[in-house]
Amino acid sequence: MEFENQFEKSANRTRRHRKDKFFALSLILPGIIVLAILVLILIMLVAKGVKAFNPDFFLSVQKPFGVEGGGIVNGILGSLLIMAMASLISIPLSLIFSVTLIEKKDSRIARLLELCLSSFQGVPSIVFGVIMYSWLVVPLKSYSALSAAIAVSFIMIPTVSATIKEVLLLVPSSYKEAAISLGVPRWKAMTGVIVPSAMPGIKGAVALGLARIAGETAPLLFTAFGNPFLSLDPAKPVSAMPLIIYDYIKSPYADWHQKAWGTALLLVLMVFALTLSISARQKNAHPR
Amino acid sequence: MNDRRYDSILTGAAVAGILLFMVFLATLVLQSIPAIQANGLGFVTGKEWNPVTVKFGALPFIAGTLLTSLLALALSLPFSLAIGIVLGEYASESKISTVANTIVNLLATIPSVVYGLWGLAVVVPLVRNIELALGVPPYGVGIASASLVLAIMIIPYLSSITREVLLNVPSSVKQGALALGSTRSEMITGIALPYVRSGILAGVLLSLGRALGETMAVTMLIGNATRMPTSIFSIGNTLASIIASQFNEAESDVHRSGMIGLALILFMITFIMNYLGRRVIQRTGVHHGI
Amino acid sequence: MLVIFTLGMGLPVFAQKSGSNITLLGSGATFPAPFYSKIFDVYASTKGVKVNYQAIGSSGGLKNIMDKVVDFGGSDSFVKDADYAKYSAPIVHIPTVIGAVVLTYNLPGVTSLRMTGEVIADIYLGKISRWDDARIAELNPGAKLPKMAIMPVYRSDGSGTTFNFTAYLAAISKEWKEKVGNANSVSWQAGQGAAQNAGVAAVVQQTPGSVGYVELAYANQNKMPVVSIKNAAGNWIEPNLNSISKAAALALPADTRILLANTQAPEGYPICALTWIIVYKEQNYSGRTIQQARELANLLSWIVRDGQKYANDLDYAALPEQAVKTAEAIIKSITYDGKPIL
Repeated sequence: MEFENQFEKSANRTRRHRKDKFFALSLILPGIIVLAILVLILIMLVAKGVKAFNPDFFLSVQKPFGVEGGGIVNGILGSLLIMAMASLISIPLSLIFSVTLIEKKDSRIARLLELCLSSFQGVPSIVFGVIMYSWLVVPLKSYSALSAAIAVSFIMIPTVSATIKEVLLLVPSSYKEAAISLGVPRWKAMTGVIVPSAMPGIKGAVALGLARIAGETAPLLFTAFGNPFLSLDPAKPVSAMPLIIYDYIKSPYADWHQKAWGTALLLVLMVFALTLSISARQKNAHPR
Repeated sequence: MNDRRYDSILTGAAVAGILLFMVFLATLVLQSIPAIQANGLGFVTGKEWNPVTVKFGALPFIAGTLLTSLLALALSLPFSLAIGIVLGEYASESKISTVANTIVNLLATIPSVVYGLWGLAVVVPLVRNIELALGVPPYGVGIASASLVLAIMIIPYLSSITREVLLNVPSSVKQGALALGSTRSEMITGIALPYVRSGILAGVLLSLGRALGETMAVTMLIGNATRMPTSIFSIGNTLASIIASQFNEAESDVHRSGMIGLALILFMITFIMNYLGRRVIQRTGVHHGI
Repeated sequence: MLVIFTLGMGLPVFAQKSGSNITLLGSGATFPAPFYSKIFDVYASTKGVKVNYQAIGSSGGLKNIMDKVVDFGGSDSFVKDADYAKYSAPIVHIPTVIGAVVLTYNLPGVTSLRMTGEVIADIYLGKISRWDDARIAELNPGAKLPKMAIMPVYRSDGSGTTFNFTAYLAAISKEWKEKVGNANSVSWQAGQGAAQNAGVAAVVQQTPGSVGYVELAYANQNKMPVVSIKNAAGNWIEPNLNSISKAAALALPADTRILLANTQAPEGYPICALTWIIVYKEQNYSGRTIQQARELANLLSWIVRDGQKYANDLDYAALPEQAVKTAEAIIKSITYDGKPIL
């Protein structure tokens, strides 16, 4: 930059300082807006949702069209059932996949697996619902909680595997080396030393995965089907909280709208609890 | 077990995973063949979706998908970048940065169906009032509402990545610029951001990928019309929302095949986005915790 | 998280212990859903058999029964002969109740409206686009019609309600018959879509200036106004139990597949509709047990006779006696391994 004199130089400096302050301030505004939106959403959830909370809400099943009262216990337990079954399927598989990715790092097959898993991660969840309908619902001639659990496992496994892999990589290699130098076979070094040391992180990964699938609705549309009765049979249709929200809000009934908000509040509380439990866990985990 | 057995178990698991993916893809392709055969290239370029006459043209849904996602991206970009810069540069002391990042990421954990619920209660009446004022049909739902809510949903992804890549800029680079007399903002816009350009690009691609596949909130807010959208106040459909609405009742085999064809198109679009995003990430070595 | 785990492990065991009775699974039409929902609730508490009915629209029900993933499908559109081939085995239609497709609207300050079929057709064709249009005004001289745009709402999902509505419009308007036709899903010329009867009612409830077609129960349950329509005999008819029953007082064919739209009955409401439950004639398929088949047959027998007393409270018309007898004859023809179940 060419300046005629000292005056111009300092004028330029002032201009730049003003621009600098303006820049910094203009960055804060978007953040505040976003924070405000989050707060607004939460306030509305609580304000509208809490009105639906009463003992019946948590303990009774759904009532027929246009009849007031009842609750969503079939949805609450249905969601928990699907989450439990998905965990049973996803946790072992995620562990195996992440261990495979680590142990066979840089091999062609590991890279292919990584590609497949990350491709699955980007797939819109509704596509899983569509495919599971063909693979499971039609051949088995039944909508079922199990097909819903498998559909959401497709969502859970790629994310959980990726996170567990990161977590396992954080374990100092000295642990593994020490174990091997003591004569421990490779598989035992992994399962007996590395995995246990990474356990807080692994639990966190699973919690994140569960938080993710707790709110999934699309894959359930063609697999779980919904059920106004309390059912915990894996082979039968089941209700779930997101399905209830979707159903109820589309209707014109004020009572159902209120229940939809209540269900949404419950769902968000559950998801937040799962998500924030990780931050608590990270305090005990390895330093980054 | 010995190392060899261990190795073969892991290989077996990998092969199973890869096979699963391939069968998945094969199902998508094979089952959409009838519908595609009936329409040829018109499946993608046709503007009419009529299951009764078996005219399947997916263009209205592709248009709806791209329109809502790109609009959402454009709306969210300034917010994500701003938050990412604040948390990655200005307030980067780990405690504040992490806590604030966690709070913003809470937005990402809210289920799509809840966003749809909130959108119906807050955004739709707002847009309806704007439409009434503008003299446009006051649907309330439509491209505008869906894009607005979608924008809020994808903010955390790019902001988180932006924060991460900025935190990883070597301090020597940053300090060097400051030492030479640049202001903080000049350092950020002139040095740090260009340095992390590819990471941000990856974040943009990943956010776009998320937006493209969003189903529930969009289905609840987009108005359900099987027509080409003509303005942001149009009602329309995205690939995901038409599947959510119509799949459960595709009576004829060819109608169901058409639905799966749409799923295939959706899969391909999101696959490409994610692939590109991850390629960029791999090249720059950034790892994100999403 | 461990809690969820153990809960998940324990619950299915718990479920088995509490004893699983037979649950019947049905899906389909939203048209009769308020009625079904009520009677299945009564059936569960009086007979102990649970019926899980998901109202996803007639096309959804037909698809589910085609795929054999449900015990029965509900539909207000009957399966045409040409479509029988889609089902792997012969099916039967059992009529269950009669309802009315009404036009409900959201027009501040207007509580009573009259329209002819032609006007309705033209609204949905997009030819009449404002509420203060001359053709609406001349039919409603006393009403203060605002200058608002008309927003027609239609079913975005495949719907038997649409089937009956478009059947009426096709009978009334030649242009409708040629341009749009009569089916569960048609190519709508104007307006916006919503899923299921409940969805259409919700959109109309929330959108000023909108009009939508729903089953009468949905309008009544939400205190929404309905349009009176001129029937074929030239009388202005309001949709209610009486006018529905008048339109329904005719003889059903043996297979019960009949459209009630555009009734010739002088006091009948012009857009009434019958709704059916569709099951396979031979119940031994996909490993179904005879108990399951018997429970289904029992349910159907109960619906067509004892269940009818719950219809009027929800403004559905009960099946006339002839229809009940025809239905019972069909139920008796349902077999298991070739032998009639009942």
